[in-house]
Amino acid sequence: MNDEDWRSNARHEMLLERALLLKNIRAFFDVRGVVEVETPLLSHHSTTDPHLDSLSTSFRDETCYLNTSPEYAMKRLLAGWQQPIYQICKAFRDDELGPNHNPEFSMLEWYRPGYSMEQLMDELAELVKTVCQGSQSSLLNSASHKNPVFERLSYQQAFERFAGLNPHKTSSAQCYQIAKANAVEIPQGLSVDDEVDDWLDWLLTQLVLPAFEKGGFTFLYDYPKSQCALAKIGLNDTAVGPPVLVAKRFELFFGEIELANGFHELSDAKEQLQRFEAENQSREQAGKELGCIDNNFIAALSSGLPDCSGVAMGLDRLLMVLADAKYIDQVLAFSWSRA
Amino acid sequence: MATYSTNQFKNGLKIILDNDPCSITENIVVKPGKGQAFNRVKMKNLKTGRVLERTFKSTESVEAADVDEMNVEYLYTDGEYWHFMEPTSFEQYAADEIAVGDTAKWIKGQEVCVMILWNGSPISITPPNFVELAVAQTDPGLKGDTAQGTTKPATLETGSEVKVPLFVDEGDILKIDTRTGEYVSRA
Repeated sequence: MNDEDWRSNARHEMLLERALLLKNIRAFFDVRGVVEVETPLLSHHSTTDPHLDSLSTSFRDETCYLNTSPEYAMKRLLAGWQQPIYQICKAFRDDELGPNHNPEFSMLEWYRPGYSMEQLMDELAELVKTVCQGSQSSLLNSASHKNPVFERLSYQQAFERFAGLNPHKTSSAQCYQIAKANAVEIPQGLSVDDEVDDWLDWLLTQLVLPAFEKGGFTFLYDYPKSQCALAKIGLNDTAVGPPVLVAKRFELFFGEIELANGFHELSDAKEQLQRFEAENQSREQAGKELGCIDNNFIAALSSGLPDCSGVAMGLDRLLMVLADAKYIDQVLAFSWSRA
Repeated sequence: MATYSTNQFKNGLKIILDNDPCSITENIVVKPGKGQAFNRVKMKNLKTGRVLERTFKSTESVEAADVDEMNVEYLYTDGEYWHFMEPTSFEQYAADEIAVGDTAKWIKGQEVCVMILWNGSPISITPPNFVELAVAQTDPGLKGDTAQGTTKPATLETGSEVKVPLFVDEGDILKIDTRTGEYVSRA
């Protein structure tokens, strides 16, 4: 702690920019008939995602958890109510701290019954364009913000182009060779015995993302099946590659920074439960505490989730893009060290 | 053997890397979105002072380094070892040439140095930022030469050589910045 730690990390202009962003997002959804909802941040359940860790606290004698995203609760609302909904809330993740990470961050998440993944990508691009054009900073500096460009690359296209491999047919050994050939550092603890997805994640950060247009937005879509998370499995976009089963999942990047992750949502309760259990097995193997599966969420899927797509976007990161900030601390009133 | 997992990494944590003790100076999570996280870690090798960067797969464990840091007073050298004393416990430590390194150029006795111990043995001695040492030998400066920035070599009582302004004479006490090895002023 030092004498200046009571002050905000963010300049006043940045706080105003944040307020404007929230206002523009709400206006965007308001005219489209998407209803704002609130769901609990504090829950009896935790995430099973092997790459995320929930923060825990206690209520009376029960351990409870801060949400890593409002996904389960929002889908429970959708299951009984075929209504497009959105939420702006805080999400919490353990062990995430860095130039682009703060353990507590702002998230925008929305769901569109009847939308395909492509339709939701279109709407996300519209939203980003709207908030770019409506931001104060973009009026001041960057011309690219006024008319943002969105590129779309399938995961396979991106890896073939920038890493020289087909992600649906590769192996850890091949990824290792490619890392070596491209003078990519091999992280301590990553070996050819690890899952190929660990290697793909690493090569994504080292070879693929750095090749993305620096001042532009890129959609990466049709992820490998094994990285499906809560997405439906389906046929890929055959306009850009031979037919293969993929996860109908996408992410949005600005330059190298990830902004959003979306799914054509899995609605099969049985498969969802199997995925949760498999994730918990991965957690066990990694020596992590098991996630506490939300049975209400599984029950909601059993009762019937409408065919829908949903996406979550990190608003602090979006604000970083709008305001040209290098560090997440610059856009937070009080970052973790001052929280 | 004590270990630390990447989620315990923070600045100042002491770990063993490539058989040497290191102190973490920066730890950044690298994550492509969902999926496997990696930690990009900057650290200082406590033996050599060199800064290195290494990436770890998250949840990877590394060996903890048993490292202590303390202020000690320099006593004397017997030619092979440099002897230091911890001023509250009066415990004495002998540091070899490798541990003392360049610090030997700046200490003559009674300076308070920072000593790093690994498994109980000194591995690094850092001198005070500024020391005061007498000039043992220097040629007389040329009278009337007032050109800015002109210097001459001077040998200090510890045997080290520094560049000094022309007006400095033998016997003068000089203030030296040990981080740069440069003359600061006459003391």
